[in-house]
Amino acid sequence: MATKTLGVLRAPRKLNRSFTVSFLLFLFLAVFGAFMVLPLIYAINNAFKPLDELFIFPPRFFVRNPTTDNFYDLVALMGNSWVPLSRYIVNTLVITIIGTVGHIILSSAAAYPLAKFRFPGSKVLFSIVVMSLMFTGHVTAIPNYMVMSWLGWINTHASIIIPSLAFPLGLFLMKQFMEQIPDALLEAAKIDGASEYRIYAQIVMPNVKPAWLTLMILQFPALWGSDGGNFIYSENLKTLHYALGQITAGGIARAGVGAAVALILMIVPITLFIISQSNVIQTMATSGMKE
Amino acid sequence: MQAETISPAVSTDLVHPKKHSKLGNLMRELKKNKHYYILMSPYMLIFFAFTVIPVIISIALSFFYFNMLEFPRFIGWQNYSRLFLNDDVFMIAVKNTFLFAVISGPISYIACFIFAWIINELSPKVRAVMTLVFYAPSISGNVFFIWLIVFSGDRYGYLNGFLIKWGVVLEPIQWLTNEKYILPIIMIVQLWLSLGTSFLAFIAGLQTIDKSLIEAGAIDGIRNRWQELWFITLPSMRPQLMFGAVMQITGSFAVADISIALAGFPSVNYAGHTIVTHLMDFGTIRFEMGYASAIATVLFVIMLGTNMLTQKMLRKVGE
Repeated sequence: MATKTLGVLRAPRKLNRSFTVSFLLFLFLAVFGAFMVLPLIYAINNAFKPLDELFIFPPRFFVRNPTTDNFYDLVALMGNSWVPLSRYIVNTLVITIIGTVGHIILSSAAAYPLAKFRFPGSKVLFSIVVMSLMFTGHVTAIPNYMVMSWLGWINTHASIIIPSLAFPLGLFLMKQFMEQIPDALLEAAKIDGASEYRIYAQIVMPNVKPAWLTLMILQFPALWGSDGGNFIYSENLKTLHYALGQITAGGIARAGVGAAVALILMIVPITLFIISQSNVIQTMATSGMKE
Repeated sequence: MQAETISPAVSTDLVHPKKHSKLGNLMRELKKNKHYYILMSPYMLIFFAFTVIPVIISIALSFFYFNMLEFPRFIGWQNYSRLFLNDDVFMIAVKNTFLFAVISGPISYIACFIFAWIINELSPKVRAVMTLVFYAPSISGNVFFIWLIVFSGDRYGYLNGFLIKWGVVLEPIQWLTNEKYILPIIMIVQLWLSLGTSFLAFIAGLQTIDKSLIEAGAIDGIRNRWQELWFITLPSMRPQLMFGAVMQITGSFAVADISIALAGFPSVNYAGHTIVTHLMDFGTIRFEMGYASAIATVLFVIMLGTNMLTQKMLRKVGE
């Protein structure tokens, strides 16, 4: 199969594009891509701007005299903090890691039977999950608080972690992907004597790796950006996002520190994103689902 | 040809040769499927406690007068009749919300797919970078502030600075306080931000397509990329398309944060007012939780209806 494509474009599988079409597509992606990545570049530049450049007119997009002052200011400010920074970081990591890993496990365990089998209640349960996505969260805050206080979970990390384990989005996503697993694969495993739990862990999960890596990308930043919500009020249980938010609440004089904070909060989800995205590609290159 | 991979799973366990009483049948079914219930139980337990119960309480509250201080007082359908008959602002909010749903919803949905489709054809390393580039606005946290600077009404605003420099306008335009511009600007920013969940789901979905289907299609006489898209790619990722549709519906009907961040709360003459900002007005400022719950319930019903329509349309894909 002769392939003639632009450097970055991989040879299409069967149908080839002409060079012109490839070039136009590349141009199209580049233009829109520039538009999309703008905030990221702006945030990075802003974090290194000295104060006078942050307020200059006409506003400049790129930094002229990069400085790391903003970061030093941030460290100095955090040093005065009543609760050490490490405490906030640990809190955030506990919430984020348990919440993300637990969510992937619980939602996919629930999605597997719903995607592949019919049993009493399966259809109803799934539609309840999808429907719940459509009810706005703004009015459920009070009932939610009531449930939390009945359970006695106010001002504990459980109040953030436990509900996040069963967000409806994850189940919906996992179920949609699991539908595509060929039935023959599951039947073969059953004939070989594997239990449902084993099929779930050893056959279903590896086959939907792109799905749960995607779910991880979605769930992680949501929890990483959590500020403790309405449930946590003790200072030593608060999250990093909250602590850094407090600093930028200092107003215009903290504009530089605020820019540094914005960058720091962004870096972790982005790193995770890059790692998981390259992972998706690796797995799909080596394994294929075939009927 | 692709029927096997997309048809919903049918368990052969369901076939019953003998007839039993209804209850006995159900018990037998429950017992036979107990592994499935066990697998689902941790999720469902938490889901019902923290999602379903609060939603049910909220819907119930929509029939009460509840100001968060006194005990709720039952008032029947009064919240709803007030909403539809005596609330002019709600009608503005409904109009704006439908504009979002009709304009930015479908555009964003199609854009998500097109970008995912193009990016998926790139070489693996470039693909990872491009996915990040297009997902950047969703991952960058609170990025509205960039648009505030762009559309700022004074000369410091990027757009105004740019237009003045090039002589297009002589004095700054009040982008975010002029009724004419508010809604289009919110739509642009919403579109820009909306390449999130469904975009990622599409990317992942494209990667799980069975490659042999495409090869088989080539033999069956698929001539060009459009045919391949319509007859193979789209039907193969119907589950992801359904997922993306629900995400777009929930996203475009629930626009609120962007409107508040850009146009203020409330916006000038309610030009950027949506159903959810209306709800927030009553829920968090006027403390009329019963009324806010009624708004949420109406929105819920609207979204359910839209979703049913969309799912019907999506079933036609690839036919």
